[in-house]
Amino acid sequence: MRFRLLAAAAAMALAAGAAQAQISGNVVKLGILSDMSSLYADIGGPGSVLAAKMAVEDFEKAHHPKFKIEIVSGDHLNKPDVGSQIARKWYDEEGVDAIFDVPNSGVALAVSEVTREKKKAFIVSGAATSDLTGSKCSPNTVHMTYDTWMLANGTGKAIVKTGGDTWFFITADYAFGHALERDTTNAVKAAGGKVLGAVNVPLNTQDFSSFLLQAQASKAKIIGLANAGGDTINSIKQAAEFGIVKGGQNLAGLLVFLTDIHGIGLEKAQGLILTNTFYWDLNDQTRAWSKRYAAQLHGQYPTMSQAGVYAGVLHYLKAVQAIDSDDGTRVVAEMKKLPTDDPIFGKGSIREDGRAIHPAYLWEVKKPSESKGPWDYYKLRATIPADEAFRPLKDGGCPLVK
Amino acid sequence: MSISVPALMGQLLIGLINGSFYALLSLGLAVIFGLLNIINFAHGAQYMLGAFVAWFLLNQAGLGYWWALLLVPVVLAVVGIAIERLMLKHLYKLDHLYGLLLTFGLALVLEGLFTHKFGSAGLPYSIPEGLSGGYNLGFMFLPKYRAWVILASLAICLGTWFMIERTKLGSYLRAATENPSMVQAFGVNVPRMVTLTYGFGVGLAGLAGAFAAPIYQVSPQMGSSLIIVVFAVVVIGGMGSIMGSIVTGFGLGIIEGLTKYFYPEASSTVIFVIMAIVLMVRPQGLFGQR
Repeated sequence: MRFRLLAAAAAMALAAGAAQAQISGNVVKLGILSDMSSLYADIGGPGSVLAAKMAVEDFEKAHHPKFKIEIVSGDHLNKPDVGSQIARKWYDEEGVDAIFDVPNSGVALAVSEVTREKKKAFIVSGAATSDLTGSKCSPNTVHMTYDTWMLANGTGKAIVKTGGDTWFFITADYAFGHALERDTTNAVKAAGGKVLGAVNVPLNTQDFSSFLLQAQASKAKIIGLANAGGDTINSIKQAAEFGIVKGGQNLAGLLVFLTDIHGIGLEKAQGLILTNTFYWDLNDQTRAWSKRYAAQLHGQYPTMSQAGVYAGVLHYLKAVQAIDSDDGTRVVAEMKKLPTDDPIFGKGSIREDGRAIHPAYLWEVKKPSESKGPWDYYKLRATIPADEAFRPLKDGGCPLVK
Repeated sequence: MSISVPALMGQLLIGLINGSFYALLSLGLAVIFGLLNIINFAHGAQYMLGAFVAWFLLNQAGLGYWWALLLVPVVLAVVGIAIERLMLKHLYKLDHLYGLLLTFGLALVLEGLFTHKFGSAGLPYSIPEGLSGGYNLGFMFLPKYRAWVILASLAICLGTWFMIERTKLGSYLRAATENPSMVQAFGVNVPRMVTLTYGFGVGLAGLAGAFAAPIYQVSPQMGSSLIIVVFAVVVIGGMGSIMGSIVTGFGLGIIEGLTKYFYPEASSTVIFVIMAIVLMVRPQGLFGQR
């Protein structure tokens, strides 16, 4: 009898220890780190914060978690040192469990290292470099939405197939531009094309006339824009001005977001071919979600990067609830075990190297006459199935993959 | 590396075009900074305002580019006069740093408001009908619009220089900045002249913005990238020297163009390297006297 009492007491003591909230303070704190004020603010920025809030709302409604969820946000100013500083402060002093978004590959690489050191979780949606799931992969990092390899193989291969076999790159001179140029060069060469030259341009340059002139002089059929945001907009606007397309060359926007097209206007952007994994008008689910989003952001429709934040937050919270813990490394491991399912990308999964896998789509920008109104900018050219859209696991050089 | 002469000539021409933007912007700043000694950090934001007013005129009032060129400087001059009368005039007795803080704060507020309302991707503004297309010069394709900007910028710069250095009105202004009390004793209304001059400088910034709208992104951040460069131009040219700013603006555009050809990675820093050297060797600037 006494033994049974003792055993019961021991069992209860153990159970009490295990049942103690493994979610620190019973609060899951999410940090949305983005470019809130400069050239990538429309791609991520306040829109990403809204997407995260929507994900939290939907998760709480559908899954009734026991823990509370809080959101904080910060501006990394496109500087890796500022981004790491904010990440450290969040992890060390403010109890943030996971960081999301981070458009700007330089900042993302830095934050990924900080997250690895602190054993938290980093769910990237905005940054592009495929190194995040390649040579710099981490057990604490998940890469949603897109990456430079996907863009290179979507857009790059498609353009070479239609005859654009000589290329000249205008490259943003930092981690992202170099990664995009490298991955696209490989894709172009694999498809039988040649790269005639490239020029490195400082980030946030206003005037591209000089570089477009060099591209013109190279006589390459395709001018690859390995840049994004404001840089891409300026490049495309000024290319129209300098008669690049009339002179027989074509532009390849390797990373183009919906908000960029909005800023350039269909007049100048028509015919541009781009790869995006999300577009508001893709199907009923994306339409419903995007209308909800736009209603809360004065009519601005979401980019794939902002939509990816929603998907990332949702999946992260599901994983936290599944293992009842906010320990970064364990949650990321759980995110790789659970299949993903959301109105943004549909059904998908997260691979060993942290790469989120789902279909990608090749789009063409509509002519002004084909558009029924603002934000109606894309028509679908092709669907790239999930198993072809991203770099094969064995090719990444990720040390986590055995 | 092999230097292709046609390519180089093309880069020089582009450099000249950019130089004309720098000259136009630094002209307004040279007038305000150089003559009135007001450190106008809001100059970039006022340039941005000019571009946005041009966009508004087109999209809300149906008034095209040529109307914008006339109306934008007037609107911005009024804005400038308001800023001077309501805010800056209270700071003249204090250290110049207060003027810097005020205008810097103003710039941040303006850019923040516009970013909140319009986002960062900017708004489209087309090149006007009469100026689209270009000339095939053989070594490069020169857009008509850019040729127009060079000519217009030269005309405005030389016109302003003439007005300040060669007319009676200009001489009053120069005298007033050197010795305000003496000039006031002669019956010239110095405070009003300062106000109007500030308004004029801001109007010039707005005009530069209207010129920029068709070719650069009309975005809330368009001024912040240029403002530091423009300050460097005025410092290199020499404070108080209008011709200095004009020559330096064009010259720096060309040097930047050459850098973009030979070593593009340095193209955004070369101007500051030059500024550092000038400040060490000839601190009053290339054309400055004080």
